[in-house]
Amino acid sequence: MGQPIIQITNLMKTYKLGGETVHALNNVSIKIEKGEFLAIIGPSGSGKSTLMNMVGCLDRPQSGKYLLDGKDIGKMNDNQLAVIRNQKIGFIFQNFNLLTKLTALENVELPLLYAGVPAKERKARAMESLSKVGLKERAGHLPTQLSGGQQQRVAIARALAGNPSILLADEPTGALDSKTSKEILSLMKELNELGHTIILITHDLAIAKQAGRMVSIQDGQLLENGGELIGNMAIY
Amino acid sequence: MGIWQSIKMALRSIQSNKLRSALTMLGMIIGVSSVIVLVSIAQGSAQNVTSRINQLGTNLLTINTFGTDLALTEDKINELSKLNGVKAISPVVSGRVNVKKDKTASQVSVTGTNAAYSDVRDTKVKQGRFITDLDIEYRQKIAVIGSETASTLFGAENPVGQYIQIEGTSFKVVGVLASKGSSMGQGGDNTIIVPLSTGQRLVKSTTINQVYLQGKSEDQMDVVMNEVKLALAGMYPNKSDSYSVTNQKDLMDTMSSVTNTMTMMLGGIAGISLLVGGIGIMNIMLVSVSERTKEIGIRKAIGAKRRDVLLQFLIEAVVLSGVGGLIGILAGVGLGKMLSSLFSLTVSFTSSVMIGSFLFSLVVGVIFGVFPANKASKLNPIQALRYE
Ligand SMILES: Nc1ncnc2c1ncn2[C@@H]1O[C@H](COP(=O)(O)OP(=O)(O)OP(=O)(O)O)[C@@H](O)[C@H]1O
Ligand SMILES: [Mg+2]
Repeated sequence: MGQPIIQITNLMKTYKLGGETVHALNNVSIKIEKGEFLAIIGPSGSGKSTLMNMVGCLDRPQSGKYLLDGKDIGKMNDNQLAVIRNQKIGFIFQNFNLLTKLTALENVELPLLYAGVPAKERKARAMESLSKVGLKERAGHLPTQLSGGQQQRVAIARALAGNPSILLADEPTGALDSKTSKEILSLMKELNELGHTIILITHDLAIAKQAGRMVSIQDGQLLENGGELIGNMAIY
Repeated sequence: MGIWQSIKMALRSIQSNKLRSALTMLGMIIGVSSVIVLVSIAQGSAQNVTSRINQLGTNLLTINTFGTDLALTEDKINELSKLNGVKAISPVVSGRVNVKKDKTASQVSVTGTNAAYSDVRDTKVKQGRFITDLDIEYRQKIAVIGSETASTLFGAENPVGQYIQIEGTSFKVVGVLASKGSSMGQGGDNTIIVPLSTGQRLVKSTTINQVYLQGKSEDQMDVVMNEVKLALAGMYPNKSDSYSVTNQKDLMDTMSSVTNTMTMMLGGIAGISLLVGGIGIMNIMLVSVSERTKEIGIRKAIGAKRRDVLLQFLIEAVVLSGVGGLIGILAGVGLGKMLSSLFSLTVSFTSSVMIGSFLFSLVVGVIFGVFPANKASKLNPIQALRYE
């Protein structure tokens, strides 16, 4: 096994609310190998999104170390982080976060636009990405003209467009019914088989179990394999 | 991301909010078009005035006398005419008289002067002849009449050789002046010119109100003016309050400085509306930034750099103000043309004013766009993404 794509050691993130300090991430350490399908599970407020923001380079660690592809994220400036997000990470959000004024194709083009890909190639690659999620015919539709599942697939296509090594999904099925959720999930499995590293955040154990590896987070602390917590978390 | 992409993106976003964009641009449109209309009217009237003054000749000096204590006699005038730079001199008495021809009566301004007047004041006859110096010597009761007076009194008839009654005395019309158009209260075409000696009788005063001097060359008018002033000071010590010497060029300079001030003032007032338009743009851009916080968060998560977001909003502001400016130029020119034909105003559109106000509108866009754009670019992506 080569060098892990993500290596996080003793990561801390605290929020000060009034006089109280919230340890959103408390001494988190994890290694993620290239090509893994990792599910992070945990109750609401446990720090899942905070961790995902950190992994997605939207935030810098307060203390601890985060190496992405061997590069120290903590030492990078905003512009460098933007480039990393653009090239290495594809975000899939719970509420899709598509730009409502742009068509499906234009939404998918966005990361390529910021990467400076010329218009023609951009269009071709965005189209390819859309056909991977089976929405080629809907390229000209606005998000409001698409169903929830279709919107999420557009979002996945957008995350895929730049061909990033990591796909980060924060509760991608949270806003979808169970049938559509299954479709999205199997799409993600396919993508994983194609070699994408996928990190999936959820508080649904059934969904988490589909992943190749599962960790749980509680009160900012990460536990490998879900450990003994899985039993307690049957409610999720 | 390329600048062209950014412009396209800005245009899209402006397009997707048509009404708001149009209202925002309205400020710029009104600003730019009012700059153009006001400045071109001011410049048009300035052109009008200077061309009229130019018509009078720029090598003209005028001595005006006030009151009666300055006895400008013939010798004194002769003395002035011998000055170095003076080419010709023309003393004038003037007043208003009643003129009658058969049953038609009219009030007309009368000018008593000499033969040189024709040259000095560039007053040509279109029919008959002008006054000669002999006419003055013999106090001839002859008159040269203005074109308007001619048509009032004689209609379509040829006045030359006919007689008119001036203050009850019969005068023979020897010539008709070519039309000059009226300008700045000067003469106009409703006028009668008679020999100086006859004129003095008509207005019952020997006081010469005005003396026109024609300089030999346009470039030396300052020198001539000084000569004349010195000579007058020698002739009439301690009476410098009773006369004034003006230079046509001075008059023009004064006029152009007046019209320049007017242009600047009007331009400035209109410029203020451009600024107000700019503030309108800033206002809308600020609203737009907070409305699109989520969009900014998404764009940043996907990999937009600070510069990309800054440029996007800045270009949006500049495109708004620039398109507004362009429409404003069209509206301004259209409005100016309409005003000029409705009120027969002279308007003069100069490309420098158009380009200038367009550039100014762009600059306003940049200045008032920077603040909201900077605000947008500084948004924290995590917080922006959480924004609903
Ligand atoms: N901007 C913030 N300011 C203050 N506290 C915050 C902030 N963001 C998160 N927190 C706190 O950090 C903790 C972890 O939040 P986080 O959003 O990571 O939870 P989560 O696991 O994603 O929950 P959910 O499943 O509801 O999305 C929570 O206690 C939350 O209150
Ligand atoms: Mg969350």
